[in-house]
Amino acid sequence: MAVTEVYEFYQRMEDERIILSFKGEFTAELLTSFLNILESKMIELRIDSSKKKRVFNVLIECFQNLYHHIAITDYNDDVLEIKKSALVIVKHYEGDFIVRTGNYIENIKINDLRRKLAMVNSLDSDELRGLYQMKLANDPRTDKGTAGLGLIDIARKSKSKLNYEFIEIDEFSSFFCLKVIIE
Amino acid sequence: MEKFSLNGSAKTPTIHFDGDTGVLEFSGRSIPENSVEFFAPLNEWLEVYQNHPKGETIVDMKLEYFNTSSSKCILDFFKRLEKINGHSTTVRINWYFEKDDEDMAEAGEDYGAIVSLPFEIIEVDEI
Repeated sequence: MAVTEVYEFYQRMEDERIILSFKGEFTAELLTSFLNILESKMIELRIDSSKKKRVFNVLIECFQNLYHHIAITDYNDDVLEIKKSALVIVKHYEGDFIVRTGNYIENIKINDLRRKLAMVNSLDSDELRGLYQMKLANDPRTDKGTAGLGLIDIARKSKSKLNYEFIEIDEFSSFFCLKVIIE
Repeated sequence: MEKFSLNGSAKTPTIHFDGDTGVLEFSGRSIPENSVEFFAPLNEWLEVYQNHPKGETIVDMKLEYFNTSSSKCILDFFKRLEKINGHSTTVRINWYFEKDDEDMAEAGEDYGAIVSLPFEIIEVDEI
């Protein structure tokens, strides 16, 4: 990248209304910093408290997914290092917040994730609430200790359909792109 | 009885449980990575308390927001309370939500529908 391209890069982010972004490995501490920065930004933008909480909830669950579910095996250390890295972008445009995430995923896990995404997208808000309640009451924890409610919660709090795409990288892995709009 | 006291952090709620008054207060946010580990001491404390509880146990939930992993732990905790309710103590849950925060009000209603404990959903100006 030429020296001046940083300006173009900056300008692009500006045009895209990106208010916060991070690329790298997701750690437990990162979420706290992310929410802190966003909290000040929300005050500056005079975002009402219930919307702020909806955006935070979506981000919290996205982070939780990135933190717990990025597990790429069968690679040498160098590749693993890259594949543990993920991207999260927060945009603010005309009152809407858009959270976008990108991360590597093992191909063998795609079908299951696709099924979950298609299911939450097929439900309206009452049905999502019913599903959440049912799973909360009856489902055991996953082997990672999580509740298995993340995507349902993201769909409920965003009040919009989830946009997603899987880009195949090689025979083992793909890149999973998720876009959540909080109006 | 000793009090259970935990000061909140950026990711964890403040919890005060006074065994002498039977009042438990949860406040702040609950978004730890490992919720099970975070809630374990509270559950242990409840096990001690339930041997000699007060006639009335009041739980004030004043949460700002919480992650789905915590939501499961909160339910587990309510289920523990459900078991002791009516035996040696009467349990009551006050679930607070900030004005316009429908999501938090709904969350309280959802818990109220799952566990058989008296639930009061209370709107306040600020939590």
